[in-house]
Amino acid sequence: MSKDVVGGKVGKGLQSLSTFGSGTTRLEVFAIIATAVIVIGGLELALRWFEVPLYILPPPSAIVKGLIKDFPLILPHLGHTLVVLLSGFAIGAGVGMFLAALITQFPFAEKIIAPYILILVTTPMLALVPLLILRFGFGYEPRIIAVALASGPMVMINSATGFRRVDANKIALARSYGASTLQIFWKVRAPMALPMILVGLMIGAIFGLLTAVGSEMVGGGFGLGNRLTTYSSMIRMPEFFGVVLILSFLGILIYVIFFLIGKKWASWET
Amino acid sequence: MGQGVLGATTLSVKAATKQYGDFHALKDCSLDVRAKTIVSIVGPSGCGKTTLLWAMSGLNPLTSGEVILDGTPITRPRPEVGLVFQEANLLPWRNLMDNILFPFEIKGQKPDRAWIDHLLERVSLKGFEKSFPNELSGGMQQRASIVRALSLQPSVLLMDEPFGALDAFTREEMNQLVEEIWLETKTTIVFITHSIEEALFLSDQVVVLTPRPGRVLNIYDVPFERPRTLEIMSSKAVFDLTNRIKADIYSQHTARRAAAE
Ligand SMILES: Nc1ncnc2c1ncn2[C@@H]1O[C@H](COP(=O)(O)OP(=O)(O)O)[C@@H](O)[C@H]1O
Ligand SMILES: [Mg+2]
Repeated sequence: MSKDVVGGKVGKGLQSLSTFGSGTTRLEVFAIIATAVIVIGGLELALRWFEVPLYILPPPSAIVKGLIKDFPLILPHLGHTLVVLLSGFAIGAGVGMFLAALITQFPFAEKIIAPYILILVTTPMLALVPLLILRFGFGYEPRIIAVALASGPMVMINSATGFRRVDANKIALARSYGASTLQIFWKVRAPMALPMILVGLMIGAIFGLLTAVGSEMVGGGFGLGNRLTTYSSMIRMPEFFGVVLILSFLGILIYVIFFLIGKKWASWET
Repeated sequence: MGQGVLGATTLSVKAATKQYGDFHALKDCSLDVRAKTIVSIVGPSGCGKTTLLWAMSGLNPLTSGEVILDGTPITRPRPEVGLVFQEANLLPWRNLMDNILFPFEIKGQKPDRAWIDHLLERVSLKGFEKSFPNELSGGMQQRASIVRALSLQPSVLLMDEPFGALDAFTREEMNQLVEEIWLETKTTIVFITHSIEEALFLSDQVVVLTPRPGRVLNIYDVPFERPRTLEIMSSKAVFDLTNRIKADIYSQHTARRAAAE
């Protein structure tokens, strides 16, 4: 019973993730593009018509121009941010998945650890960055640690939900063929948990991006977050919004990547 | 032991008792299943049918008593015993063929493709190898799970209310399929059901189990030839047997109600 309810929730979660981009007709595509043109074009016209100063909100054309002009300067910073995000996320997600798999095998230990995980999930890890900088300096380390701390618990809490969805009959099936504990894990528990793990990875990656940029704003001379503080202090708003544009693109990219992985490997759920 | 016309005893349950705390799910159950026969176990929900079958499969150990297969006690799952679950129990992330190959993967054993193909043909699932469970009807899923169980060529097949969730027509089709498969392979089958009709159509013997504690109340022989035609199934003899089994189960209802008062 309760197992079905959980399954249903996960299914719905993935479904709402996938409403975007599934089964779009030509008319809908046209409507989407038309709306985008009207919104962006309208913004451009309105900002010019009311002569809104560049330092309050630059028109889209100025943002694109600024972005293109400064792109060679921004590119290395994008690279830095990606290094921080990818390495922090890899560490956090790896540890998170491992701990989730481990802990769900011991319900008693899980109950004891759960509150601490909740604290890790709910505390913004950005708060720790100044402290980490004191300890590790202005290099990559404090940022990578912050990203790992931000994404890991997210991945862990969702993966644990996935691993907890045990179906006694499926495990009995494997056991009836003489499966070992390890085989049961890889061939039954892990695939069953995969949809929830993917949800966790996606949320974890988005949290990681937030934390990467935030920690770059706090200290150190490189990264997209650093660009944001630099451009805003120089009141170069077109370039500032250009960087914001890159950040939204990164966020969407994360979403699309996990959406596609989910479509390929977890579509049985919906 | 029962070296009768139907062959030697292959699976023997001796004084099986299973306790969950103070509760006796099974108490002193004994029954013999002879080789190449079909034995059905009927009884109301909660009378310990699944518990008994899982003990026979070696999945769930007994509190006391034993299950003996061809002379050796069953203490854990054995390759010569196949199990078909109450629901098809396919792995939803695997397509039909990968579900059937699952046991071979676990055992690290090379599948007998020709035999699997033959089975798929037999249950009309050829052409659906790449389909995922959620694309198959309930009947197709259950047929796939039967193929999965038979793919390892077990000498004993344990089936736990395999068609309980199917509609009446599909169910009759499936019963005929089991009969056909039995006629071809002569696999020993223990078949759990709560349908007396299904039990009488398929079995050489029907075991009536009663609840609280789970006990064997009666064992009936069903000596009709196979295939069992509509004519046989609507005969007076089958009608009488049906009534006797019903009487067994109802007598338990009344006994329990009387005890409750
Ligand atoms: N793991 C368990 N713990 C406690 N009670 C159980 C457990 N498994 C089964 N039972 C109880 O044992 C009785 C027999 O269960 P079961 O064998 O599933 O019955 P059936 O298959 O005939 O419906 C039921 O009353 C059930 O509640
Ligand atoms: Mg049952």
